[in-house]
Amino acid sequence: MAEIQEKDSGEQKKGKQKKFNIHVDFTPMVDMNMLLITFFMLCTTMSKPQTMEISMPRKDIVSEQDQNKVKESKAITILLGKNSKVYYYFGLPDYDHPESVTETDFSADGIRKVLLGRNEEVVRKILELKKKKENLEISDEQYQTEASEVRSDKNSPVVMIKATEFSQYKDLIDALDEMQICNIGRYAISDITPGDLRVLQDLTHEGYTSDLKEVIEYREQSQ
Amino acid sequence: MSKKVKKQSTFIDMTAMSDVTVLLLTFFMLTSTFIQKEPVQVNPPQSVSEIKIPETNIMSILVEKDGKVFMSLDKQTDRWSVLEKMGEFYSVEFTSEELKKFSLAPNFGVPIHGMKQFLGLPSEEQDKIIMDYGIPSDSTNNELKNWVKFSREANAELIIAIKADGTTPYPVIRDIMNTLQDLRENRYNLITSLRDMPAILND
Repeated sequence: MAEIQEKDSGEQKKGKQKKFNIHVDFTPMVDMNMLLITFFMLCTTMSKPQTMEISMPRKDIVSEQDQNKVKESKAITILLGKNSKVYYYFGLPDYDHPESVTETDFSADGIRKVLLGRNEEVVRKILELKKKKENLEISDEQYQTEASEVRSDKNSPVVMIKATEFSQYKDLIDALDEMQICNIGRYAISDITPGDLRVLQDLTHEGYTSDLKEVIEYREQSQ
Repeated sequence: MSKKVKKQSTFIDMTAMSDVTVLLLTFFMLTSTFIQKEPVQVNPPQSVSEIKIPETNIMSILVEKDGKVFMSLDKQTDRWSVLEKMGEFYSVEFTSEELKKFSLAPNFGVPIHGMKQFLGLPSEEQDKIIMDYGIPSDSTNNELKNWVKFSREANAELIIAIKADGTTPYPVIRDIMNTLQDLRENRYNLITSLRDMPAILND
């Protein structure tokens, strides 16, 4: 291996040089390699970060009319409030009755239960498709196309996500996440309206709107 | 007999071992993508999304929890032309040396008028002070908009990725999303870290 053995070629004039082994000691080489491997192992990121793809509507196209096209019975509005609290209402908001807005959170029994309840049919279909895929009745590609078809079904609920100024980026991601978990294909992030803020204020009295001083105080506190 | 046993050398042949290590080393060298040095530490929120972000042609917008914005482009040529265009737009002239220096670091995030001075500093100093700046992205001075616009002009295939800290207040994110929307950049990625998909029980 790492040694070269010189066979004597018959000439025996100089006896001393007749037979010699050249050993190359690879131990330091191995040491160095190990060091380099350790370095590379520590400096690499094996897992790439995950990502969430979203597409927003074009600003110049969206008009009030388009947004109001959503069937009232299918619409769910999610409001993201302070301290990762979530508020939701179905259909059109009832500004005179703040009780129509329900408070919940991002736990399994929170908003997810509501959305799953509203989206029962789609979830059932998706589960059926998943079973089919597991039994190798349909290919992965077929599953993807059919699942997206089911999700964008005309009768599936439409979710509007409206974040208040007091919510965090994490809440938004959590909300988008729930859309994926609950198989909701039709959802949009939109700006919060003064009316929504008003309702939130009436419901919680936590300074969502109107009392400007309160809002400023809250903001200063959180900074 | 006993003499012969004593003479046996303890030499262990390391050649095979060295072969293995070199192989491993090559593997790691080829597969590795280095952890990018980012000006600020950002903890992206978790999501169940399993889509992986592509490796090249990324324009990432880094948002720190105080609302400071940094950007990075992964191609050196893109960075070069972006700064050139930014310089033209804001009538700041950059020498080719400054352009080169700028194009060497993947991340950037200082106001354009402080850029010249910033590039004059040694790189260790730069790393220290960059976290105090950030690209202005408010409505009065929206430099971020121009950075994104010129990046798009430099490379049409760029994919926009927003990497923001989970605790960033929503208004900051909304402003950035609005900026992107103004530029008709309607498809972008939000970088998250993976969490397990919760089981949906169908009762």
